[in-house]
Amino acid sequence: MAVAEGGVKPGKASLLYDARVRAIIYQVVMAGAVVFFFAWLTVNTIDNLEKRGIASGFEFLNHPAGFGVPFSLIEYTEASPYRTVFILGVLNTLFVSAVGIVLATLLGFTLGVMRLSKNFLISRIAAVYLETFRNIPLLLQILFWYIGVLQLMPQQRSSIIFFENVFINNRGIFYPAMQAESGFMAVPIAFVIGILATIVLAKWVKRRREKTGQGFPTIWAGLGLIFGLPILAALVTGLPWTWSLPRLQGFGFKGGSVIIPEFLALLLALTIYTAAFIGEIVRAGIQAVSHGQTEAAHALGIKPSTTLRLVIIPQAMRIIIPPLISQYLNLVKNSSLAPAIGYPEMTQVWAGTVLNQSGQALECMAMVMGTYCLISLSISGVMNWYNSRVALVGR
Amino acid sequence: MSHTDYGETEAVFTPRPDLPPPASTVGLVGWVRSNLVPDWFNGAMTVLAIIALFMVIPPIINWTLLDAHFVGDSRKACKPNVQIIRDKVTTQGTMPDGSTIEVQATADRIVIPEGVTPNVRWERKMVEGVVRAKGREYAKVVVEKDVVIEGACWVFVGIRFDQFIYGFYPREERWRPTAVIGIGLLMIIYALTDGLPHRGRVAMFLLIPFPVIAFFMFSGGVFGMPHVDNAKWGGLVLTIIISSVAITGALPIGISLALGRRSQMPIIRWFCVLVIEFFRSVPMITILFMALVVLPLFLPAGTSFDQLLRVLIGVTLFVAAYTAEVVRGGLQALPKGQYEAANALGLGYWKMMRLIILPQALRIMIPAIVSLFIGIFKDTTLVQIVGLNDLLTMVQLAVTDAQWIGLSKEGYFFCGFVFFIFCFSMSRYSMYLERKLHTGH
Repeated sequence: MAVAEGGVKPGKASLLYDARVRAIIYQVVMAGAVVFFFAWLTVNTIDNLEKRGIASGFEFLNHPAGFGVPFSLIEYTEASPYRTVFILGVLNTLFVSAVGIVLATLLGFTLGVMRLSKNFLISRIAAVYLETFRNIPLLLQILFWYIGVLQLMPQQRSSIIFFENVFINNRGIFYPAMQAESGFMAVPIAFVIGILATIVLAKWVKRRREKTGQGFPTIWAGLGLIFGLPILAALVTGLPWTWSLPRLQGFGFKGGSVIIPEFLALLLALTIYTAAFIGEIVRAGIQAVSHGQTEAAHALGIKPSTTLRLVIIPQAMRIIIPPLISQYLNLVKNSSLAPAIGYPEMTQVWAGTVLNQSGQALECMAMVMGTYCLISLSISGVMNWYNSRVALVGR
Repeated sequence: MSHTDYGETEAVFTPRPDLPPPASTVGLVGWVRSNLVPDWFNGAMTVLAIIALFMVIPPIINWTLLDAHFVGDSRKACKPNVQIIRDKVTTQGTMPDGSTIEVQATADRIVIPEGVTPNVRWERKMVEGVVRAKGREYAKVVVEKDVVIEGACWVFVGIRFDQFIYGFYPREERWRPTAVIGIGLLMIIYALTDGLPHRGRVAMFLLIPFPVIAFFMFSGGVFGMPHVDNAKWGGLVLTIIISSVAITGALPIGISLALGRRSQMPIIRWFCVLVIEFFRSVPMITILFMALVVLPLFLPAGTSFDQLLRVLIGVTLFVAAYTAEVVRGGLQALPKGQYEAANALGLGYWKMMRLIILPQALRIMIPAIVSLFIGIFKDTTLVQIVGLNDLLTMVQLAVTDAQWIGLSKEGYFFCGFVFFIFCFSMSRYSMYLERKLHTGH
């Protein structure tokens, strides 16, 4: 084959065939289309808002809300402004999610371990649980707990009573509330000191073990510090609280605290549903640790319980944590199903009640979606940080 | 070679047959020992588990089957079975003079010794009766009250069954959804079965022309089929419509987003990342609210389109973001050599994707897509919040009907059962596929 001397000069092709030029053209077209699309949306929106006579802006946040809310972690009256309602909704979302995450993790890990049990019955029971609750829609489970169970509880007059002071009826669970007196602050302070002391202790134990190889019952000592110190503080200050007991007066209970059925139904459903997914994740994670690890640990003479704690679980956690965190994220997002039963969390109060009352659809939806985005981004930020910490370091 | 004679006959090694394994390690006994009581802790757990099962399973079986009502055509068929326990009760009381009297009572009669004339207050259904004389209490009798045995009222589900499945779709036109879903299902099974000819073509037919045909079948107005307004679509059929449309629409959008996210061009990449992450970080219900209240604001004044279409657009975009992540996983799982080989063959980007990368990536993605579909299928229940009549909404409507009030358990049980059957079988299929695909290792 004859080859021209001095190599082949690339023929002057059209610029259109240059990959870089093409990339720029594609991107300019894309950016143009996106800008045009959003401009079109904005023009339409302004036009529509004018026609409907809606003033856009966040002025309405200062207007009084004028509706009652059955459950709030902060001080709230009907005269409170809309912005208080928003904070209330966000806090309620975070509250039910936080409690749900703790309970679902406990239940999920238990189920995952049960599923791997050598005990045939235990393993089967866990399997049936996992398969059943994973495959039934969450909304159905929420409605079932709310309408099918909690609303069928007895009337207030014929409450189910535990320990004489806890009342369960169709309005919720009424239980004695602690009312702080002077000197009560010592207890939470002691609690914080306990946590800090445990962290210091753990660091000291780690350093000593690396130097001398000696162990230390960190968990028991830590639990003792975290719970012992507040108890001690309470005893020293002479139990600085009184109990407010719930009592039936007239048409309702007075005194004490109440867990409303809406919260309970949402919490139960979220916990039970998410625990089924967490159980599967835990099972898969533990199974993914190769059996050779167990055998090697046994060959080294490490006893089974220590093998589980120091060899299997740390390696399984590396596999479990990422999907676990995304389940936590799902739980937070799923708490938005509350409008179905009326638990006053962010979506229910803000995208529901306030949006309808104030008519500020754009602002309300932007705030709700923005908050969810923020929560999701923070949770995935935590996950990325953890992943980079536990990722296998290649040598 | 010298031969040493020990003066005995030559010993021949004849192995004895193996001893059978210890009786305690095989058969039923062995199974019980190793699976139920390997140690004291597991033994205790087994006992606890058996107790728990005895507490949970018999009531469920009694309620759903043994005490349940299956035949009838109205609420009356579901009267609870009442059982009166007419236990005879005998108690003793002390008379004013210190002597003891004996009082016998059954659910409808009380027997007291002669000579004593107390005024006896007695009601048939009473739990407690008291024998009084001159204001003093002499004896107390307790008779167990009526026991109401409640069973499930499946008559209710039977009567409402058609509505649960078809919503308010006109009765004489119900063959249309049945036919579309039946044929669609058959084609899906065909496309997913190994070794059948033209599977790819069937799959393409399912993805592109079939939804159009299905739409005309549902909506009518052509070929002499009467028009059925989509406000009347409902029940399980609507659940299937929404989830199928969502996954069918989400596949092309999701593939494009995933390709965009892996693109070298920064603007396109960032746009795709933003879209994917936005939809993945908000709950589906907020997307539905958007479709309901904000979408009309975004469109030119006077454009109105119906509820179902808006919901479908919202759900499709939402699912597309998740599909994109599944596709990205599939693309990343392919070895880099595939891309390089395609480049070496001189294929351009689109040819490489269409002929080499996507066919392989999509195949390994099928289990993940099935799982995604299970998720959408369950999430479709959320459309009740924006006012569409899916299966769960139909059940809700039925249990709040005054004629059938108080039967919410039956409704929810049925609804949960239907979802379970669908989701469980799909998840089994996805697991089977995963096992099949993993044999390469």
